[in-house]
Amino acid sequence: MTRQKFRLPVGGLIDRLQPIEFRFDGKRFEGYEGDTLASALLANGVRLVGRSFKYHRPRGIFTSGSEEPNALVELREGARREPNTRATVTELFEGLSACSQNRWPSLRFDWRAVNGLISALLPAGFYYKTFMWPASFWEKVYEPQIRRAAGLGRASSRADPDHYEASWHHCDLLVIGAGPAGLMAARAAARSGARVLIADEQARFGGTLLDEHVVIDGVTGVEWARACIEELKTSDNVTLLPRTTVFGHYDHNVLGAVERVNDHLAEPPPGQPRQRLWHIIARQVVLASGAMERGLSFTNNDRPGVMLASAVRSYVNRYAVAPGESAIVFANNDSGVRTVRDLKSVGLTVRALVDVRSGVDSAVRAELEDTGTQVFDNSVVLRAHGTTQLRGARIAPRGGGQGVDLDCDLLCLSGGHDPRIHLTSHTGVKPVFDNTLGCFLAGDLGESVSVVGGASGRFDMVTALRTGHDAGHEAALRCGFALAIEQPIPEVTGESAESASEALWQIAGATEKAFVDLQNDVTVDDLALAVREGFDSVELMKRYTTLGMATDQGKTSNVTGLAILGEQTQRAMADVGTTTFRPPYTPVAIGAFAGDSRGRHFQPVRYSPLHEWAVDLGAEFLEVGLWYRSRYFPKAGEDMAVASEREVLATRRSVGVCDVSTLGKIDIQGPDAGAFLNLLYSNGFKTLQVGKARYGLMLREDGILYDDGTASRLTADRYLMTTTTHNAAGVLAHMEFYHQCVWPGLDVQFCSVTEQWAGLAVAGPQSRELLSRVLPQISLDNDAFPYMAAGEFTFQGMALRLFRISFSGELGYEINVPAGYARAFADHLMEVGEAFGITPYGSEALDVMRIEKGHVTAKELNGQTTPHDLGLGRMVSQKKDYIGRFLSGRPGMIDANRQRIVGLVPERAGARLFAGAHLVGPGKSAIAKNDEGFVTSVTYSPALGHWIGLALVNGGEERIGEKMRAIEGLRGMEADVELVSPLFLDPEGVRLRD
Amino acid sequence: MKHSALQIFRQAWSSHRKWPRTWSSPEPKPAYDVVIVGGGGHGLATAFYLASEHGIRNVAVLEKGWIGGGNTGRNTTIVRSNYLLDGNEPFYEWSLKLWEGLEQSLNYNVMMSQRGVINLFHSDSQRDGFIRRGNAMLMHGADAKLMDRDELEKVLPYLDFDNARFPVLGGLCQPRGGTARHDAVAWGFARAADQLGVDIIQNCEVTGMRIKDGAIEGLDTTRGFIGAGKVGLAVAGNSSRLASMAGLRLPIESHVLQAFVSESIKPLVDTVVTFGAGHFYVSQSDKGGLVFGGDLDGYNSYAQRGNLPTAEHIMESGMAMMPCLGRVRVVRHWGGVMDMTMDGSPIIGLTPVTGLYLNGGWCYGGFKATPGSGWVFAYTLARGEPHQLNAAYRLDRFSTGRIIDEKGMGPQPNLH
Amino acid sequence: MRIPCPNCGERGLEEFSYRGDATVTRPTSIEPSSESAWLDYVYLRDNPYGPHWEFWHHISGCRAWFRLKRDTVTHKVLAVALAAGVDGEDHRS
Repeated sequence: MTRQKFRLPVGGLIDRLQPIEFRFDGKRFEGYEGDTLASALLANGVRLVGRSFKYHRPRGIFTSGSEEPNALVELREGARREPNTRATVTELFEGLSACSQNRWPSLRFDWRAVNGLISALLPAGFYYKTFMWPASFWEKVYEPQIRRAAGLGRASSRADPDHYEASWHHCDLLVIGAGPAGLMAARAAARSGARVLIADEQARFGGTLLDEHVVIDGVTGVEWARACIEELKTSDNVTLLPRTTVFGHYDHNVLGAVERVNDHLAEPPPGQPRQRLWHIIARQVVLASGAMERGLSFTNNDRPGVMLASAVRSYVNRYAVAPGESAIVFANNDSGVRTVRDLKSVGLTVRALVDVRSGVDSAVRAELEDTGTQVFDNSVVLRAHGTTQLRGARIAPRGGGQGVDLDCDLLCLSGGHDPRIHLTSHTGVKPVFDNTLGCFLAGDLGESVSVVGGASGRFDMVTALRTGHDAGHEAALRCGFALAIEQPIPEVTGESAESASEALWQIAGATEKAFVDLQNDVTVDDLALAVREGFDSVELMKRYTTLGMATDQGKTSNVTGLAILGEQTQRAMADVGTTTFRPPYTPVAIGAFAGDSRGRHFQPVRYSPLHEWAVDLGAEFLEVGLWYRSRYFPKAGEDMAVASEREVLATRRSVGVCDVSTLGKIDIQGPDAGAFLNLLYSNGFKTLQVGKARYGLMLREDGILYDDGTASRLTADRYLMTTTTHNAAGVLAHMEFYHQCVWPGLDVQFCSVTEQWAGLAVAGPQSRELLSRVLPQISLDNDAFPYMAAGEFTFQGMALRLFRISFSGELGYEINVPAGYARAFADHLMEVGEAFGITPYGSEALDVMRIEKGHVTAKELNGQTTPHDLGLGRMVSQKKDYIGRFLSGRPGMIDANRQRIVGLVPERAGARLFAGAHLVGPGKSAIAKNDEGFVTSVTYSPALGHWIGLALVNGGEERIGEKMRAIEGLRGMEADVELVSPLFLDPEGVRLRD
Repeated sequence: MKHSALQIFRQAWSSHRKWPRTWSSPEPKPAYDVVIVGGGGHGLATAFYLASEHGIRNVAVLEKGWIGGGNTGRNTTIVRSNYLLDGNEPFYEWSLKLWEGLEQSLNYNVMMSQRGVINLFHSDSQRDGFIRRGNAMLMHGADAKLMDRDELEKVLPYLDFDNARFPVLGGLCQPRGGTARHDAVAWGFARAADQLGVDIIQNCEVTGMRIKDGAIEGLDTTRGFIGAGKVGLAVAGNSSRLASMAGLRLPIESHVLQAFVSESIKPLVDTVVTFGAGHFYVSQSDKGGLVFGGDLDGYNSYAQRGNLPTAEHIMESGMAMMPCLGRVRVVRHWGGVMDMTMDGSPIIGLTPVTGLYLNGGWCYGGFKATPGSGWVFAYTLARGEPHQLNAAYRLDRFSTGRIIDEKGMGPQPNLH
Repeated sequence: MRIPCPNCGERGLEEFSYRGDATVTRPTSIEPSSESAWLDYVYLRDNPYGPHWEFWHHISGCRAWFRLKRDTVTHKVLAVALAAGVDGEDHRS
């Protein structure tokens, strides 16, 4: 194992007593508790960690935060492998295993680095201009190569073994970011009694207080933060969420956040989620997300060892790591001097400070030069030297000139700072460029969101603490909470006023690649080319060059790119504008969004109250919407076809029983219930007598069939409606709409009773006999309880509803009993029915029997058919208004050539039919102009001994007697068929009525 | 300048400093024979085909922002012709045929990639519906094949076959379907139209329409009045707003549809796959990002952004279909504004205003239609009457009752 | 998005379903002369860019239908009233 050669001997917020072993590219290393993967790699002198997207250039660690564009690795192995994981935010854990990605055969020798050699042929957008000849080569040759070369890490193709969960949280104030400003905001609001949630993407609260040397109220920033956090932790009205990224700001202050509950462990402890998605509903939001540093664009500014100055300070101060031994600092602002001092304070060599501004303060110059650091003002770094490791840099005056080469293995950059305002534009508020501060600031956010500290464009500690406090106080006030006493703002010592930075977007005279977007390899030249070719608006430039489209979404590159576009097109930043920040702020795992709604838990399950009854009878089930319906009840050795055929024959010969509990049931009451039904159904319901059921059709307002079912009049002003299983919820909402929005004057009330009542269909010639024995107190003879009779009864003290309706075409009844008694009643029915050979039948047998009777289901009620199309034209009243009445009369709706229902039988006895087959005339070929319809439903008819089908055919019943070809071209099947009446069995309905 | 590998070599010699503008940036002329409003794929394609097929070159395309900045640049790039109904399938199949030769006709690589589109089914009745559709496709000369579970397991081994709430039974595949690089479609049509003399005018917003005696005379814009013999609207998402300038109300609501892209990963999904038991579809771009989406947010909106519940629903379906997606990260999600029509099908044709033509109502399916839409709209504008391929897409179909409701959802736009 | 139900107060978007334009009125006549009124009612929409009165249904809550005035550009909620009204009164402005 390699020792931590670059770990500083003292300092840092790491726990040296807790060494952690980890592997990178198979090699074993050691780090400490408190490290990130990046800091641990640097502590071990590993500076080459990845390859870039396009040219496969060697890359190192560029930042110390979530904006990292370069140091992406594959973390973990097997089904837990996570591609493109930022080493800079990966907490080190025992046994961590990471691999470099997008390289072959190894990180150091990557053959696709050849792209860099031929990069002259690969400018921005080159692929739009070539790979077109010959045409067939695109998919076969060029594109597969491009796809293999593109992409970064490899995702696992195995199911994610971890779990995710969702939480909701309501609060008065959400504080995003727990740096100095955020802590102050949370503390001020908390002290007033407001409910506060404070979230930070890091494991440890404190933000820049952990990275920088600062003294607040006489103690170190780290100590001050610790006390502040302690106070928040002990406040009942404060929730602290570390390791939580607020990634999206949605409408009305709903914010999405992802908590990495167990990503700092090798795998989550049993029963615990990997991550948790928070839905935060906040009355007020304080954005205290700080700022990010910008790089600077010069030749080879991507070499491993080129690092943001703020990151260097973080590695030195927080992690006690030397990212290099000999540094050059290149800055356009005063953080350059701070960086030099911090490096020197731990004994590292700083060869030079290169400041683009002129007139470095003489005292500062003296201080630095006395300790061996050359100061170059009004100067720039022209280029970096080295390939897989930075070896030096060329420094030159801004006016021009050869410059000098200095050796170094660390080049610290600060090109200014950009507030992290991404969340503020998620709801459509565009950022505005502030010329004084030289950065984009949040636009007008109204009263419920405020931005403080670095995120507001002020980068000093005093302002961070003050704006944080004020915003927290103000937010609490807006929620009705006031501070009891005035709170003093903590005092900051040792922070000197900083002078203004000077924007420098690109260093003139780059001879080779000067990168703007490091991950996507977008160079200054690419941007110039885009402008030259007319891609000169921000969005076009982004899309043409891919600037800002990498996993970091351009956090360290967008503003520089926009500025270069402005320079190229002689426009001010305000006129250039910016591309739109979109959620998520940093990438979020799909699993976190999905939560536990996956696998068998993807959707809830609805079980019929007779589910266990069917299970005990050996049923196989079918998913119907959310329901599991009993599909068939196989006996030993039976498959579905055999079992269903047996069930059909038994029902038609004697008696069968079927669970129809899933049908929608709606209880409708009130003086206007009948009038309401008369408007809902296309056929008349005014004349329905108490004690009678009626089949009804519901249309949509456009005249197309919506649903069918029955309504039974139980008493003068009470009806029970049934709907199809599929539309049960929809019909209820539909009725509520018409009742509340269209006819609010109707005195009617209704609610779903689907769950409260179980339904059993008892059908077959012996059904009356059977029910007479089960329900001896009810007179079931044809006069007392005729076809379409309905009634309420009691059975052994239990309410029971009986309907003489049938979907199977046999003499039949439907019985509703309270769901809790369903099992007992069904068992009793089976027991009594044994004498009749009662046979349970499933949805498959039911489907066979309904096709034999020409009854329609969702296959015919497909949202494209009218009552007339399905042979139900007689059920459309001409006398009244009803939903769908008027538009049913449009020419296209009554066209004689519409596809209408017919029955089909094969001409050849043994031939089978296929649903979905299309129909053409005899001898006609299967082309569109011959297409005359299609087959909706087919079945083998046990009663008839051959296949039958239903079809929708141009002209419908007028075509009965014609012969056609039914063609199922996908499987190369076809059958010659004859069009017949869709009523295959008992067309007069004698069985129903007897 | 013709594009080719050789040209790239040649330009590399001069450090790529001699590439010309992809399209010029002219000042608007006082009047044009035809003015197309909307510089998205459809508008630019219309201009290209007006010039190339009908010889009408005195044409302007007005774009309020930057070309391809609307739904052309926001969609999930799927190209297919797997439709059911007579009004739809011939049109989409013709569009797909145009896609197949688009690189060569435009001399621009739009990266049309026929990787196949697979619609999964999870029940027998869903299968029967796909068989009906697949046969309609075959009869219209398109390609379709039915895949069983075994075949699917070879192509998409990571689907949840064993532990699913709604097990995958099979799929309907259109091998000729696939994806294309959406932005490049706008740029390619713009470049080709520009070379034929079409004026592409960006940052030019239409603020009013001048109509006299029931006929259009021209458009007021942020860059002044522009006269027009004929005006074609190709502004899907905003059709109602433009039509209202001519006093028209349309059978359209504007809705937001979200789209998502993941971090770039090495090739994982080689086709386009749609889930049949929820709202989810996914493909992988050449750059490596998984591009996916699902259903509408469901409320009227002109904001190009959606909300969290829809995003969660979509990813729930994604994980139900492909449980390996759990650790892949979403890098960006956004919204586009859809012209949702009352029957889910587009409107291409004449309007009650003489000389004003409408191309809109694309719901969430406009991208695949781009070349076909431009082609038939150019025909309609040039001839003053629809081509047979778009005859069914007439605006008056709602009054005649000859609606084209592919999914049978009825006159409620957010259900289509 | 947060939707204010007139009965239940402000709730998450996921509890509601949406129907569309609430300014259209179902014609009462079924005479042929009312054709354009019916076509308007069923098909034609103002589809405004800005404030929009629309029908929402608290489908996972109290099941009330209500009219909501919401800006289609900013999504800001401007007004709300039960569809039926307490007294059957039309609360649209």
